Amino acid sequence: MSEVAQSPTLVIPLGAAKAPTFAWRRAAPILLAAPLLIYMLVFYALPVLSMLLRSVNDPIWTLSHYAGLIDDTVFLKTFWITLHTSVIVTLGTLLLGYPVALGLARARATAPLILIVILLPFWTSVLVRSYAWMVLLGRHGLINEALLATGLLERPLRILNTPLATQIAMIHILLPYMILPIANTLRQIDPSLVRAASGLGATPWKTFRQVILPLSMPGVAAGVLLVFVLALGFYITPAMVGGPRDITLSMLIAQQVDQLNWAYAATLSAVLLATALAIIAAARRLPGVGNALRMNMR
Amino acid sequence: MSIARFLPATVVGLILLFLAFPIVVVFVVSFSSATYLTFPPPGFDLRWYEAYFGSEDWLRPTWLSLWVAAAVVVLSTLLGTLASLGIARLPRALRVLATGLILSPLIVPVIVVAIGIYYAFSRYGLVGTPIAMVLAHTCLAVPFVVTSVSASLAGIDPRLEQAALSLGATPAGTFRQVTLPLIRPGVVVGALFAFITSFDELVVSLFLSGSGAVTLPRRMWDDLRFAIDPTIAAVSTLTIVLTAALLGGAHLLRKRAEGR
Repeated sequence: MSEVAQSPTLVIPLGAAKAPTFAWRRAAPILLAAPLLIYMLVFYALPVLSMLLRSVNDPIWTLSHYAGLIDDTVFLKTFWITLHTSVIVTLGTLLLGYPVALGLARARATAPLILIVILLPFWTSVLVRSYAWMVLLGRHGLINEALLATGLLERPLRILNTPLATQIAMIHILLPYMILPIANTLRQIDPSLVRAASGLGATPWKTFRQVILPLSMPGVAAGVLLVFVLALGFYITPAMVGGPRDITLSMLIAQQVDQLNWAYAATLSAVLLATALAIIAAARRLPGVGNALRMNMR
Repeated sequence: MSIARFLPATVVGLILLFLAFPIVVVFVVSFSSATYLTFPPPGFDLRWYEAYFGSEDWLRPTWLSLWVAAAVVVLSTLLGTLASLGIARLPRALRVLATGLILSPLIVPVIVVAIGIYYAFSRYGLVGTPIAMVLAHTCLAVPFVVTSVSASLAGIDPRLEQAALSLGATPAGTFRQVTLPLIRPGVVVGALFAFITSFDELVVSLFLSGSGAVTLPRRMWDDLRFAIDPTIAAVSTLTIVLTAALLGGAHLLRKRAEGR
């Protein structure tokens, strides 16, 4: 193999030397990617697909498991709780996340500190953070002790093991997923646009509403998408701090697997997965969301 | 910048406090002298750390988690780095397909991944083995390696590789002496994220660890079901410190790479 033929800046020599080099160039990327692709197929995609197949071929090929969901009160209630929790958590993270994203985008000297405060909980395990909320919200937890000590309460409030506890803990856990994409789009806003708006006499509030807010919408959409889809699949947190009867879809799936009820577990999994994918597919059509998401991956 | 005027800093401060406070509470409770969970603690003591370091029941899962995470780092970094190199040069249609498969564990609900792998592995008697944990955690860790390595690959000037090749370097030599040094920070950051992903993972572990391969998060989960004494706070603090140290390392690496 000629070394010169490898250089794309030179004319590739014609004849015998060309064929193997060209074939190798085509094959090399596939050969490099193949081990991981085969690995992901064997240990991830095929296992998940074969499990999902149980929803349509158990005991014979049938759609009855899906048809049965329509008047399955346990499923309907669980699905409703899951969606309801996800909506509240998404709104909560948006409400708390947007101001922090603004703060992060405008910060100079304090930016690294703000980033640490956001990223340390982000990379702390969900288990540890849920545990922290057990400590805070329990009967003898900080919140109750503080309220009792100030005389605002006479008896401890029951917060732990209620839907509210799940919502608070999930908002805490998912907040960074809202902050980071919004901060990314805010940072890309041309400062001269903001200066122009105020120079032309817009009040700060009007500049925010008519310039900054619209330009940050791709980041908001990306954050909403991320938080909502991740919230749909939550299992550990609602199981730890939530109410005993407030079961999410993930918890119901785990329960069914424990009872070896694979057909039902697979049907519920397919519904959960389809819901997540449908939301992602719909959101990707919004302008700028794809870009905002991609930036967030890095 | 003029966004500053729109926002009282106190609001941001309070929300950041909301983010940081639970972590601080775990930290403080771990040094509590009380035998039950209470905050603020009546006094300070190292007894919960002594309880942790003195108990085989805690140390065994810790070692297992460290070993599993180390194996996941090796496997996912190797597979992920090779694949990133290949994917960047694949034809567009194939690239979209391959990226979709590799990154999908980031969006597929983890319970679906967990029971899918459990379903397949239980047929081959793999449940309850450390191997099963490594194989499953690698699937979850690989997306972080691929995104991190791909990002640093995208930042490389292609003329550097072309120059090496046209100056007579072999493809292998070009990779070793040009490409690898340039993407090394991305590889190391990906490896650190892979480590944290495996070390903290609970949902897959709940199904796959059985009784034979109890990881640290699984041990904590079991403990929380029965009694919540501050030993968990001590364990949590140790894992937070480990995570923070790794993230700090990743940050320094990125800084150094950018400074070059």
